[in-house]
Amino acid sequence: MKKALIALLPLSIFAALIGLLYVNLSTHSEDLPSPLIGKPVPPFKHPTLYSNQVLTEQDFRGQPWLLNVFGSWCPSCQYEHPLVTALAQSGTIKVVGLNWKDEAVDADRWLRKWGNPYHEILVDYEGDTAINLGVYGAPETFLIDAQGIIVHKITGVLTEENIREQLMPRIEQLRP
Amino acid sequence: MLANTGQFLLVLALCTSAVLMVLPMVGYFKNNEQLMKTGRPLSYLLFVLVLTTFVILVSLFVMQDFSVTYVWQHSSLELPLRYRITATWGAHEGSVLMWVTVQALWIAAVARYSRSLSLSQVSRVLSVLGIIATGFLAFVLFASNPFEITNPAPLDGRDLNPLLQDFGMIIHPPLLYFGYVGLSVAFALAVAALIGGQIDEKWIRWSRRWTNLAWAFLTVGIILGSWWAYYELGWGGWWFWDPVENASFLPWLAGTALIHVQAVSERKNAFRGWTVLLAIIAFSLCVLGTFLVRSGSITSVHSFAADPFRGVFILVLLGIYAGGALTLYALRVNQLRSRDAINLESRETMLLANSLIFITSTFTILLGTLFPMIFEAMGKKISVGSPYFGLMFFLLMIPMAVLLPLGAQLKWHKDKMGAAIKALLPHFFIATALTVGAYFLFDGLNLRATAGIFGGFWIASSSVGQILKFPGRMNAGFVGMSVAHLGVAVFLFGMSMTEHKDVEKDILLKPGQTTQVAGYDFTFNGVSQVKIENYQAQQGSIQVSQNGRPIVELNPQKRFYPKQQQPMTEADIYPGFTKDIYVSLGEAVNDQGDWAVRIYIKPFIRWMWFGGLMMMAGAVIALFSKRSQRLEQQQVDQVMQERLKLS
Repeated sequence: MKKALIALLPLSIFAALIGLLYVNLSTHSEDLPSPLIGKPVPPFKHPTLYSNQVLTEQDFRGQPWLLNVFGSWCPSCQYEHPLVTALAQSGTIKVVGLNWKDEAVDADRWLRKWGNPYHEILVDYEGDTAINLGVYGAPETFLIDAQGIIVHKITGVLTEENIREQLMPRIEQLRP
Repeated sequence: MLANTGQFLLVLALCTSAVLMVLPMVGYFKNNEQLMKTGRPLSYLLFVLVLTTFVILVSLFVMQDFSVTYVWQHSSLELPLRYRITATWGAHEGSVLMWVTVQALWIAAVARYSRSLSLSQVSRVLSVLGIIATGFLAFVLFASNPFEITNPAPLDGRDLNPLLQDFGMIIHPPLLYFGYVGLSVAFALAVAALIGGQIDEKWIRWSRRWTNLAWAFLTVGIILGSWWAYYELGWGGWWFWDPVENASFLPWLAGTALIHVQAVSERKNAFRGWTVLLAIIAFSLCVLGTFLVRSGSITSVHSFAADPFRGVFILVLLGIYAGGALTLYALRVNQLRSRDAINLESRETMLLANSLIFITSTFTILLGTLFPMIFEAMGKKISVGSPYFGLMFFLLMIPMAVLLPLGAQLKWHKDKMGAAIKALLPHFFIATALTVGAYFLFDGLNLRATAGIFGGFWIASSSVGQILKFPGRMNAGFVGMSVAHLGVAVFLFGMSMTEHKDVEKDILLKPGQTTQVAGYDFTFNGVSQVKIENYQAQQGSIQVSQNGRPIVELNPQKRFYPKQQQPMTEADIYPGFTKDIYVSLGEAVNDQGDWAVRIYIKPFIRWMWFGGLMMMAGAVIALFSKRSQRLEQQQVDQVMQERLKLS
């Protein structure tokens, strides 16, 4: 019994590991369906990082916007940052940041270092809104229409590909 | 044209390594000496082919051949020559080619320096190394070909990522690869031994030196990576528990367990199966690390490009290498029964404990690295950060630091635990006294720092005591061990001080303004524009002085690389024996020349890296052990005699 265990234990652990890596590789798609699609943005009320206001979801009504969940502690956010910046600067859509579970000092340092592309930055220090939005991890991006309905969600980093294939067509449709 | 030649040579190399994988192994099973003898010349041929391919890729960069996709993507007309050369391994395709080049170099070295092994052993080892080389060459050729052509060629390239335009980056990856790939020798030996169904002292003795060398390379590679992150990323940190850093640290931990267990199994018929298993684990972790970095399964600051096809390819390689080796292990391990009984109160027991501590650490960190993926498989996403790793690693290193002096104190075979503890008691008091002294000298330390510093003093004091007490044992093996263990002590001290006594200050400075940090005056003399090579920079001038006496002028830069449209923060550091003064520029706050400046005082940070270098030096010194050289010579003579007898 002990002999068999010594012989087979390493192989079994390894097989489990390979299984995990394989599952991860094949399910590592960015479009996990979100039950929130087609539903209104959960109500929130957050201070902003720079403009010294308190904003709610009502303040963004009237035109489509992107909500980009980020944190200075999140390396992937830095990875997608140039694309967020390009998207915001292109004027295609208003990009709002949700600074998730971050110290203001760190967020500020991060934004000064890499640039601030956001129209407004909501500070979600406790992570309440992130929970209501069903955020798995930063970064995540929500496309929200003028009536405050969530149209699409991208889990993980924005890439040239998912912007081109997922976001842009939907943004086009939202245009009046 | 040259690119086509490179491509052609790559195909030839793949064929050669496929032949190397098959012929000597077939020779072994058919007991055909002619076939077994092909192993060595095939290894040399493989090395020549792969090296030429690599040199061709370097030349393409030097000549700025933008018809080659990989070249224009990572170089540009303005890129200085030295970075054009290093750009060769700055991105995925080239770095995998470099891996293969280093692999071929090790294979050739094994072919050359294996006179103490019999032909049947060498042929098996080379064949297994051939399997590994074939897998990676196929990976280069089919999933990351650096010789792909763009037609028409662009006029200028995209330039190299500025983070990689740096000296640390030039030497860090090659050294790390030497370590990674070096562990494949221990792996090949383990697999070859499993194929043959037996393993003896001579095998382990032979592989021990290769493992030591690989471990030394891995150590210095990791240190360089840490040093690079420290001065180049501009955050003043030296270790981030980033998945890519973990990928290099995991094989190091398993390798540390391996070299300590080998010390037992080369002397005694004990822990044979464990040695083999650790060798398999160590190299498998190297491949796993490559998978994590290259597949994009885990996002990290290091993974600049990720591709699922490459991920699957490496996963298949990992499955073949580690899966195959572990299957063989499952079938054969019970033949490798260790016959010698191990006395509980002996150095052997302590070395076993060491390997258990290190392998537990390996799996703890592996788990932390994979945890986000486990959750993702269940449909959730989480992020495991440095608090987990820092705490777990701290807890695991406590028994290591406590037991290390005891392990070095106890004699081989059989000793008295009580006597050893008694002999170490004075060092316990010395360490306590020094820790109390340090506590007051540095105005108080927190719990972790106190524990770390005590561990450092405890190891240092007992190691010095052992050196003074047994001058008769002054052979390279003992000196190497003591140097490496002193390195652990120096590292622990440096790390504890840096982590817990550093001073950080973010401050807004007007030109001419002076601020005081930790007893130093920092005078900000404004920022000027400079243009150097392929970047422009805003260069700050900060005069550091103490009690009115000038010490140094620091010039941190905010660089801008026009090609990549990327800003870079380049810190300036005044290194010192007891502390580093580290200054980096934040942002210009307004147009009156006011800047946000970050100032760090990092006490004893150099000690940490120096400790690492001492560990490396210890492993290298141990290579020159008279004992192992004498035993190896005996083996060579024996192999020669057998060969004479046969003919």
